[in-house]
Amino acid sequence: MLRSVGLNSPEELFDTIPADILLRDLLDTPSALSEPELITRFESLAAKNAAAHRPNFLGAGAYSHYQPTIVDSLISRSEFFTAYTPYQPEISQGTLQAIFEFQTLVCQLTGMDVANASMYDGSTSVAEAVLMAERVTRRRKVVVSGALHPEYLHVADTYVAHAGIDLVRAGFDEHSGTTNFDELGALDDQTAAIIVQSPNFFGCVEDLQTLSERAHKVGALLVVCVTESISLGLLREPGASGADIVVAEGQSFGVPLSFGGPYLGLFATREKYARQLPGRLVGVATDKEGRRGFVLTLATREQHIRREKATSNICTNEGLIALMATIYLETLGRRGLQEVAMQCAQKAAYAARRIAEIEGFSLPYSATPRFNEFVVRAPVAADGLLRRLASERNITGGLALSRYFPERPNDILVCVTETNPRSEIDALVNGLAELT
Amino acid sequence: MITKATTHITQNEALIFERSQPGRKGYMLPALDVDETPMDELLPAAFRRSDDLEGVPEVSEVDVVRHFTRISTWNYNIDLGMYPLGSCTMKYNSRLNERVARIKGFANLHPLASEEDSQGALQLLYELQQHLSEITGLAAVSLQPAAGAHGEMTGVMIIRAFLDARDGVGEGDRPRRHVMLIPDSAHGTNPASAHLSGFTVKTVRSTPEGQTDLDALRELCAAGDVAGLMLTNPNTVGLFERNIREICRIVHDAGGLVYMDGANMNALVGWARPGDMGVDVIHLNLHKTFSTPHGGGGPGSGPCCCTKELEPYLPVPRVVRAGEDRYKLDFDYPKTIGRVKAFYGNFGMAVRALSYIETHGADGLREATEAAVLNARVIAHGLAGDYHKPFDDPPMHEVVFTDKRQARKGVHTLDIAKRLIDYGFHPMTIYFPLIVQGAMLIEPTESVGRQEIQQFIEAMRAIAREAEETPDLVTNAPHTTRIGRLDEAAAARKPVLRWRPEEKAAVA
Repeated sequence: MLRSVGLNSPEELFDTIPADILLRDLLDTPSALSEPELITRFESLAAKNAAAHRPNFLGAGAYSHYQPTIVDSLISRSEFFTAYTPYQPEISQGTLQAIFEFQTLVCQLTGMDVANASMYDGSTSVAEAVLMAERVTRRRKVVVSGALHPEYLHVADTYVAHAGIDLVRAGFDEHSGTTNFDELGALDDQTAAIIVQSPNFFGCVEDLQTLSERAHKVGALLVVCVTESISLGLLREPGASGADIVVAEGQSFGVPLSFGGPYLGLFATREKYARQLPGRLVGVATDKEGRRGFVLTLATREQHIRREKATSNICTNEGLIALMATIYLETLGRRGLQEVAMQCAQKAAYAARRIAEIEGFSLPYSATPRFNEFVVRAPVAADGLLRRLASERNITGGLALSRYFPERPNDILVCVTETNPRSEIDALVNGLAELT
Repeated sequence: MITKATTHITQNEALIFERSQPGRKGYMLPALDVDETPMDELLPAAFRRSDDLEGVPEVSEVDVVRHFTRISTWNYNIDLGMYPLGSCTMKYNSRLNERVARIKGFANLHPLASEEDSQGALQLLYELQQHLSEITGLAAVSLQPAAGAHGEMTGVMIIRAFLDARDGVGEGDRPRRHVMLIPDSAHGTNPASAHLSGFTVKTVRSTPEGQTDLDALRELCAAGDVAGLMLTNPNTVGLFERNIREICRIVHDAGGLVYMDGANMNALVGWARPGDMGVDVIHLNLHKTFSTPHGGGGPGSGPCCCTKELEPYLPVPRVVRAGEDRYKLDFDYPKTIGRVKAFYGNFGMAVRALSYIETHGADGLREATEAAVLNARVIAHGLAGDYHKPFDDPPMHEVVFTDKRQARKGVHTLDIAKRLIDYGFHPMTIYFPLIVQGAMLIEPTESVGRQEIQQFIEAMRAIAREAEETPDLVTNAPHTTRIGRLDEAAAARKPVLRWRPEEKAAVA
C-alpha cells in the first residue's frame, strides 16, 4: 500500500510533522496483552471492588434496580452500539425512531410537552437548566434548594461561574427535611428560577405545587430535578404540579451503576420553551412518497450551526444509554413501572419502620412523605458503623452523610429498592442493632 | 405474477405506542415479600400520580425484542462496513472491551462505595490517566468530562481560572484577557465552550494552503487581550499544522495559552505528542481515538490533559496514588475549577479505553496510527483525478475534497453523500469544515482493509461519472433505502417531537 502512494517507509507518512517533535521511540505504555491475559487482569482488578459483590443500601443519585435480560442483549446489537449520531436519516432510522420513543416516554413520565434526546447525566442537566432559565426569563438570579444533591450543586456552581448568574442557596428545614419556604422569601422579580429536587437528597418529597405557585407569582420558572427516576412510577408527575423544566438522572431505568457513569440526563420542558432546549431533538418528517420517518430537528439551536450563540455546547450525548432506558421502560411498561415503584416504596417503608424500632435509632424526617430513601440517625458515628456492617456483616449499609455534611456525623442515608429482598433488609436491621 | 400488497412488517415497524395492547406484560418481578403499608400511609394522595401512567406502552417481551430488532436493521453501523465520517474516527469497537466493561465488579460498583471497597476501579482510572499522560506528553489528566465538548469546556475553564489567578479578574467578572482565538476551520463546540467561560471569540483565518495564517495570528495577538488559542491538530482539513511550535510560541509570547482540540488524535498517537508541541491543555475523545463505541450518539468520554502548571485547576476529585498499591480520591485542590459532573466521569468508557490501550501495546498503538494515515493517503491518491482536492499538502488521517467539478452539472455534496449510500457505504462528513465550500471530509480509520478502501474509491469514481452522464440518478439518491430523503425543513417548521395518543388515527 505504501508504494501505491509513492512512499517507501511508514516514517514518510509523517513528513509534515517537524522532525524535532516526531517520536523516534515507542511510547512508554505496556506491551500488548492477549485476550485471555487481559480478561484475567481486568477480572482481578474488578475483584478488588468489594462493594460490587454485596447487598447494597446506597442510593444518593445512583440506584440498584433489576435490569431485564433483553436490555443488554438488544443494546449489544451492532446496529445500535456501533452506529454514529444519526446525521444521515435514511440509514439511521432505527436510532432516530428509538430516540423519538425515548422523548415521548420522558414526556409521559414527567408530565411535560417536549424532551430532548438526552444530556450527560442528572448533574449536568441541572446546570443546563439553570442556563436555560436565564435564557427564557432574561433574569440572573437562581434560587437552589439546599436539599439538592451536593454534587449537582457543585456542578451547577462550576457551570455558571462565569455566566453572570447568581446562584442563591435556600436552606432546608431541619424538622421536615424539605426546602425551607421562608427563606424563599428571597424570591423577587429578578429571580429566573427556583431549583428543587424531589424526592430530595434526604429522600423527602417536596411540595411542588406550592413551590410552583410561589415561583410563578414572581414570574420565575420552577425547575424540578429527580435523581431516583423510578419514583415517577408512583409520585405525581412534576408537570402536573406546575414545573416548567424537569431534569432527571435516568440511571434508574436499567442502567448499571458502573462506578458513576455512563448515566443519562433527562431534560423536558413546556412546548413554548422548546426552542430554548439544549441538546439534540428528533422530530417526525416525511419523504417524497409521504412515508413517515424521523430526523434530527431544530438544529439551529445547536453548536454546529450557531457556534458561540448556541443554547449549549453539548454535541455527543448519551445515545446508547437513552436506548437502554427506552428498552427498559418499554419492557416494564405501564404496569411494570408502577409495580417497581410500589415495591421500592413498600420495602423502604418496611425498612424504615424496622430501623425506627431499634433502640437508640431515629428517623429525623419520619413525618415527611418519602419514596425509597430516608435518613437514619444512629446513636454512634455513621462512618465506623458502616465500616463494621461491611466487614462483619457483608452489607453496604448506606451513605454516611458526613461525606457531604461534616456536621452530621451520625446520619446515614438509606436506600431500598426492589432488588433488596426482605432477608437483606432484616440483616441490615440486625446489623445496625447488634453493632452499636 | 404475485403482487405484494404491502411491505413486510420489518420494513414498516410502527412506534411501540401504536403496538401497545392493554394487559400485555414483558417483565416479571418477585412478589412483594414485606408487610404492605396502606397506600395513604405510604404516600398521601396529593403526592401520587393520578394519570395511571396512561399512554406508557403495554407490550410483551417478544414484542420488545422484535420491535428493536426490526428497527435496528434500518441503521448503518461500523460492523457492517466502512464509516468514513471525517473528524469522527469511526473505528472498530472490540467485543473484548465490551465484555470487560460488563464484569460484575465494575458494572455493579456504586460510585459512593468507600475507597477501600473500590480500589480496583480507582486503580483502573489511575492507570488510564498515566497512559493518557504518556500518549499526550502532558503531565496531568482528569477523566471527569463526559464527552469531547465537555472536556473542551473543562479545558477552557482551566485556562480562565489560571489567567484569573495570574492576572486578576477584570471588571464585572469579565476576564482581563477576554479574547479566545479560534480558527475559521474549528468545530462548532469550540466557540460554544469558549462562550461559557465568558470569552469573546475572534476568528483566525486559514491560508489558501489550509494552514493557520501566522500573520493573522500575530496581528490578533498584537491587538492584545488574548487569553488563548483553540486549535485542532491535525486541523479539520486533515493537515498537520506545520508551524505548530511557532503558533504556540506566538500565543505564549502574547501571554495566552494554547488549547488543543484532540478530536484528531488518531493521526498522532505513538508518533507525536501535543505536550512536545507546546500545547498547554487538550481534551481527548475516548469514543474516537480509543475506540469506545459511539452508541448512536454517545456516551462519550472527554478526558482533559494539561501541563504541570495547569494541574492545580483540574476538576475534583482527582484520582491519585496514596502509596504502594493504594489509590484514593483527592479533593484537596483549592484552585480547582470545581466539579464538571457528578461522580468521576464515564467510568465504563474508561474501562474500554484501558482495554484498547493494553491490547494494542505501544507498538500496536503506533501501527494503528500509521494504518489510519496510510488509508487516508490511499483515498487522497485514488480520488484526486475525479474530485477537486483543495489542498496540496499530504493529508494525515483524513482528507477533504469538494463538489466543485460535479457542481457544474448540478450535483452537490449532499447528492454525492446520498448516492454513496446506494453503493453500501456510510457517507463522509459533509459541509464541514465550513471554510471549504461543498466539503467532503473522509476519514477511513485503520479499521478498513485494502479491498474495501478500493471499493470505496471505485464507488466514488463511479458517482463522479454518474454526475457527468446521469446527474438525476445522483440528485435523487438514495434509491435503495427504506425511505427517501426526508423533508427536514418542513420538520423544523412544524416540529412534532413526541407521539400523542390522538395522533394514532392520523398516522395509521
